[in-house]
Amino acid sequence: MDFGLSEDQLLLEDTVRSFLGDKVPIDRVRELREQDCPTDRALWSALAELGIAGILVPEAQGGSGLGLLDAAIVSQALGHAVTPAPFLGSAVMAATALAALPARAGSEASEWLAGIASGKRVFGVAVTELFSVREGAGVRLQDGKLSGKAMMAIDSHGADFVLVALDDETLAVVATDTPGVSLTRLATVDATRCTAELVLEAASPEAVFEGAGRVIARTLDAGRIALAADALGACESMIAQAVAYAKQRKQFERLIGSFQAVKHMCAEMVGELEPARSLLWYAAHSFDAMPEEAPLMACHVLAHVSEIGREIASVATQVHGGIGWTDEQNLHFWFKRIANERHLLGGPEWLRDRAATLQGFAPAA
Amino acid sequence: MDLEFDARYDDFRKQVRAFLAEHKPPRNWGLSDGRNSDRVAWLSLQIEHGYWARTIPKAYGGYGAEPDLLETVIMDEEFNRAGVVRGMMAQGPSMLVPTLLAHGTEEQKQRWIGPTLRGEVIWCQGYSEPGAGSDLASLQTSAVEDGEDFLINGQKIWTSTADRAQMCFILVRTEPEARKHEGISYLLLPMDTPGIEVQPLRTMAGSIGENSFNQVFLTDVRVPRANVVGKRGEGWKIANTTLKHERSSLNANAEGTWMRLARLMEKEEVNGVPAMASPVLRDRLMRLQARALSMKHHGMRMLTCSLKGESPGVAGLIVKLQNCQLNFDMAALALDVMGELGALYDHSKYEREHGYWQAHSMFSLGLIIGGGTAQIQKNIIAERGLGLPREPRLAKP
Repeated sequence: MDFGLSEDQLLLEDTVRSFLGDKVPIDRVRELREQDCPTDRALWSALAELGIAGILVPEAQGGSGLGLLDAAIVSQALGHAVTPAPFLGSAVMAATALAALPARAGSEASEWLAGIASGKRVFGVAVTELFSVREGAGVRLQDGKLSGKAMMAIDSHGADFVLVALDDETLAVVATDTPGVSLTRLATVDATRCTAELVLEAASPEAVFEGAGRVIARTLDAGRIALAADALGACESMIAQAVAYAKQRKQFERLIGSFQAVKHMCAEMVGELEPARSLLWYAAHSFDAMPEEAPLMACHVLAHVSEIGREIASVATQVHGGIGWTDEQNLHFWFKRIANERHLLGGPEWLRDRAATLQGFAPAA
Repeated sequence: MDLEFDARYDDFRKQVRAFLAEHKPPRNWGLSDGRNSDRVAWLSLQIEHGYWARTIPKAYGGYGAEPDLLETVIMDEEFNRAGVVRGMMAQGPSMLVPTLLAHGTEEQKQRWIGPTLRGEVIWCQGYSEPGAGSDLASLQTSAVEDGEDFLINGQKIWTSTADRAQMCFILVRTEPEARKHEGISYLLLPMDTPGIEVQPLRTMAGSIGENSFNQVFLTDVRVPRANVVGKRGEGWKIANTTLKHERSSLNANAEGTWMRLARLMEKEEVNGVPAMASPVLRDRLMRLQARALSMKHHGMRMLTCSLKGESPGVAGLIVKLQNCQLNFDMAALALDVMGELGALYDHSKYEREHGYWQAHSMFSLGLIIGGGTAQIQKNIIAERGLGLPREPRLAKP
């Protein structure tokens, strides 16, 4: 019985966090937000050299062949440092999908996986319409061509390929430089993620995978757990910043951290964070070791972290007072990352409804 | 990450199961009867097999095994599964025994530990006073030296089982001139001593609940000076050993309560449909499930820290705060599910589950306050866990 991170996982966490602290300090994030797409391909290549881009890619395709708990540790570190990187889309979701496909996908998927692991190929993911169709979105396949649009496509602006879910059972891969494919960045509050609208006008897909229901479900589970880890990492940083500030800011001739009102805000935040961390570890472990539990755990961990994340982001900002609300203080990078992540891959209400359905408590949609 | 128990524990689990298949607890063995031979026989049988007082030395009436946390977990799991209480939920075994093991004299250990474990002697805890709640160290009950004895005068409150207990472990002020944390002593007091008056303290939960609270009034109560545990004046330090045990024993089974709540929602109907069919109530149930699962796995994480002898740090300090609030919130949903009928109580017509959820709601609130209030917990989390500065003390007027 050992419920916790292994020596190797602690080392991985340490390595990634010090790398990011060194290479992508918050001043660098500020520079990157001025770009059309904040993803820095040089940085992504450097992360690929650390084995991060291919963390879930099998060793046969040049990846690290690690598990989702390892990926969650990396995701958490990226959220902690608010690093702009296509980790969720490329390294977690596309890698999970493609690695689950090769029996049918053959050499193509293998090549894409190798590209993902090397960092030379970046995948975005367009799955929003599986839960939420707005603005007439949706992509359909007709005579071998794809048409329609996909909204809020994750990590897709600046990507080389986009993995598109046409419905619960069908996946397609499109190359972004194919005629008839256009990507428009959708500016969100979060300047650290390249969300885009994908418009397809009779575009030829690189591949279409039908009967891929199980692959899509696993991809969403992995994505949800990794996304929760990112938000949890961001929460962790916000709490640390609030506590540090409360230890040095003086008002009424006292450190504000000595006031119970402020102390209790900090205690409440950490009281929510720590059990959520335990849930995250279990959810990620279930994906690797107890796949039958993973769909429920993935829904719960993302919905739960989204709820506590909103509260932590607000309270940590309040501990800072007025300065926390300024652009210069940087805290908003974390606030906005958490705010944006809440609405990806389902959103809390949808996820809880799904959790109920999975347990037979609610009628299937 | 490895959630399997080592194979050598399989045998142990089988033994526990076999014991539970063979032996059933007697019908009445709880604390409602102060001296109960059924209770003593039942607890003695468990000690003999090593399922109670497992790691207490044989010399003091225990089973004498080496501590092994996973064995404890397995015993708890199997007893829970069989719906049997393991050992006895009482302040003697959970609080006095660890204190005596750490600080008692050889004679005190020999005399009290065995009978306490076997349920022959029931103890109550004389800590809180009307003027000393969160600030327990400000307690005023005095013990003045008089020959070979102390003479005790004062009042205690929240003294559960004082009406049935034969003994009380009590905190009294023996050195009125010393600073407040340094003038306290820890005494063992027989409850049949003249001058002790026990009055029941009726709680908001009224008739429901096996924990009855009391107030204890002490007037010129004479106790031998030899009944001090540890050194005179060191009672605060000694009591803190006990308080630590109290907090760690407040770790509730949130998942079990959540499952009971889910069953209620499937069963309870309004307007001809079960509560589970309501998307609003179902959403609340799912929110609570995520919290209950979090606390369950957090418990596994804490257990792992204990197994490795590592301190869980701030992650350990938040357990009581989070669990107590979660229990209150689960009861709140259950009451809402029952709607108008949720208010029924005291064996009323139409009352559900014998008033379990109303009682659970009120007792959860009691636990949010008792054993260190939520606000004191937050101070501890912030100061000891996060290193935030203590509040400056007010200058004495």
